[in-house]
Amino acid sequence: MPQSLGYLKETASQTAGPYVHIGLIPHQAGFDIFQNNFGNMLAGAETEGEHIAIEGQVLDGTGTPVRDALIEIWQANTNGRYNHPADHQKKAVDPNFRGWGRTGADFQTGIYTFETVKPGAVIGRHTRMMAPHINFWIVSRGINIGLHTRMYFDDETEANAADPVLNLIEQQERRSTLFAKRSKRDGKTIYRFDIVLQGDNETIFFDV
Amino acid sequence: MNVRQQFSDRESEPVHEPFLPAVHPIEFFQRDRDMHPPAYAPGYKTSVTRSPRRALLSLQNSLSEITGPVFGQNDIGLLDNDLIRNYAKSGDPIGERIIVHGQVLDENRKPVPHTLVEFWQANAAGRYRHKNDTYLAPIDPNFGGCGRALTDENGYYYFRTIKPGPYPWRNYVNSWRPAHIHFSIFGSGFAQRLITQMYFEGDPLIRICPIVHTCPDEAAIDRLIAPLDVNASVPMDTLAYRFDIVLRGRRSTLFENRLEGN
Ligand SMILES: [Fe+2]
Repeated sequence: MPQSLGYLKETASQTAGPYVHIGLIPHQAGFDIFQNNFGNMLAGAETEGEHIAIEGQVLDGTGTPVRDALIEIWQANTNGRYNHPADHQKKAVDPNFRGWGRTGADFQTGIYTFETVKPGAVIGRHTRMMAPHINFWIVSRGINIGLHTRMYFDDETEANAADPVLNLIEQQERRSTLFAKRSKRDGKTIYRFDIVLQGDNETIFFDV
Repeated sequence: MNVRQQFSDRESEPVHEPFLPAVHPIEFFQRDRDMHPPAYAPGYKTSVTRSPRRALLSLQNSLSEITGPVFGQNDIGLLDNDLIRNYAKSGDPIGERIIVHGQVLDENRKPVPHTLVEFWQANAAGRYRHKNDTYLAPIDPNFGGCGRALTDENGYYYFRTIKPGPYPWRNYVNSWRPAHIHFSIFGSGFAQRLITQMYFEGDPLIRICPIVHTCPDEAAIDRLIAPLDVNASVPMDTLAYRFDIVLRGRRSTLFENRLEGN
């Protein structure tokens, strides 16, 4: 036997289960316990940028909404800067924007929503600019390990065409599974982003 | 291609400029997917229609994956790590008083400081305080069943709770979950995000649980089982279990980091 490298092994994932709401969004489980709760409002009135809402459903392989899914998003601010010490781009942090939120799909409709701002473009590998995007992470009962994907904006045609990650996707038609559709409702900008876990329109998930 | 070039936002930088780890942070080790449960694990029936069937697209990390939300003491409350008291209304909850404690480390054995650890569980009777849980075992009026903690500068966390009970669930006709506590951990980058479950040493239900055995690696299952830690127990008061958690490590860039005295 050669020497051991001595690395530890990552702890194995286990499903978040049907009661994930208790731990992460107890209000949705039906009770009030913490003084500070995490939620789906990433942006307040003072947050800089174009305020948008994101909504959609997570759908299973039969097309049925996953009504107990929990979704987290992580994104850059309107300047394209992550609120994290590892981001050294010369862009301003917005003190009113952490860039992270979580929510549960509605138990009846399966619809999830976030209130946030549209992110700016972020530098990618080899200094290639990435199109504006939001990082998604989805867990639920029946999902054994959290699923990573990205939401891009369907109105960013030029930036999307040059995006180094979208261009990794060999099948052109599958790229569209990552595009959220822009619309207006009651003067509000809404992006619709459905996540398909399985089947013909299966969303692209990443091994990050 | 060195790491500095990968993440540099200044294309004109001369290549002989010394690498600065703090300025150009680095990506995570690739996840060992053979050790984790696969998406499709038919013994756990719900995974059948909720599992992506196409290959995941491998993505070398960019800023989007190596960064992640930062949390501080302001995000949590003083009682958040005491499940015996954080929902107590008329007295203490029923059940075995336990402490769960451990260290969050990365694969390089480096502690992960100031990271958010969240946990949730059933009460001593195996019932969750959740509107979708209809198990006939009673709700405990003094037990919420969730809490959270930030790790200290050495990656340690601890909380006090009641030992959860096993509970039945609809998978096979007669499936029971071993006693367990659910954990959610952030780390320092979104690619480290992890949800898992902690089991208790000696529980015979571990061996026959379809969810435990979505994990194909027996050694990885063993690492989900917390041993009794008598030394950390409080005499005449509370037993303790130890549960260390390992998150993905960041790649070390041998030459550059050494040159910088890291
Ligand atoms: Fe559970």
